[in-house]
Amino acid sequence: MDHTTSEENGAIIITFEGDVDLDSSPDCRKVLLESVAKNMPVLADLSGVTYIDSSGIACMVEALQSARKSGHEFALAGVSDAAMRVLSLARLDSVFAIHESREAGLKSLD
Amino acid sequence: MIMKDMPAGPSPVLTRTFQSRANELKAVRKDVTMMAQKLGCGTEVVQDLVLAVDEACQNIIRHAYGEDQEGEITLNIFQEDRELVVMLRDFAESIDVEMVKPRDLNDLRPGGLGTHFIAEVMDRVEFMPPPSDGGNLLRMVKRIS
Repeated sequence: MDHTTSEENGAIIITFEGDVDLDSSPDCRKVLLESVAKNMPVLADLSGVTYIDSSGIACMVEALQSARKSGHEFALAGVSDAAMRVLSLARLDSVFAIHESREAGLKSLD
Repeated sequence: MIMKDMPAGPSPVLTRTFQSRANELKAVRKDVTMMAQKLGCGTEVVQDLVLAVDEACQNIIRHAYGEDQEGEITLNIFQEDRELVVMLRDFAESIDVEMVKPRDLNDLRPGGLGTHFIAEVMDRVEFMPPPSDGGNLLRMVKRIS
């Protein structure tokens, strides 16, 4: 898994690529929680995620909970088909704010 | 070595032994993907098999062996008519299978989803009686037609 972090329109965008699995989820968790701790809206772009497992989903849930506690938004964008299927299996597709694209996500975080 | 724990019949369509390490799982997923695609499985069936095997291996790594222990995992997949039978064997201390249950999804919290995923995507899942020489043996079945 690779990730890049940037700031745009007052929001942090984290772009994940590759497999988010048991091996890479500690890195995923670290970057998510560090970003949420900056007290800014956070958008996780999952368009390049080729695989995500329960440990990766757990990172997203933890980031969402942390953002809610601090009163900031945490949303997903461009969720790949592979990731969306796993989110749906976890019944989390209606829990997260999910935007079709990074652009749509940024617009909603304005 | 372990064939006494395996169903009688044809040779496995995939057999693999690996260490209980997180960095082994990508290669395991690749092998399962290639095996299922070679058998003509559709995209969703391939994804389901990969997810179930991966999550079951994670359970072994995280819970059966635990953080302080490492051991072997043996994966065998057999084709029986239009079903794939996944046999996953570890050599850790035998677990209490009653403790392996999906959690309530209404409880929003990180973790605990792996067993739910396995139950969702496979047609049958059962722990076999503990092998005589110790460890755990998980059997998962997926219809492929």
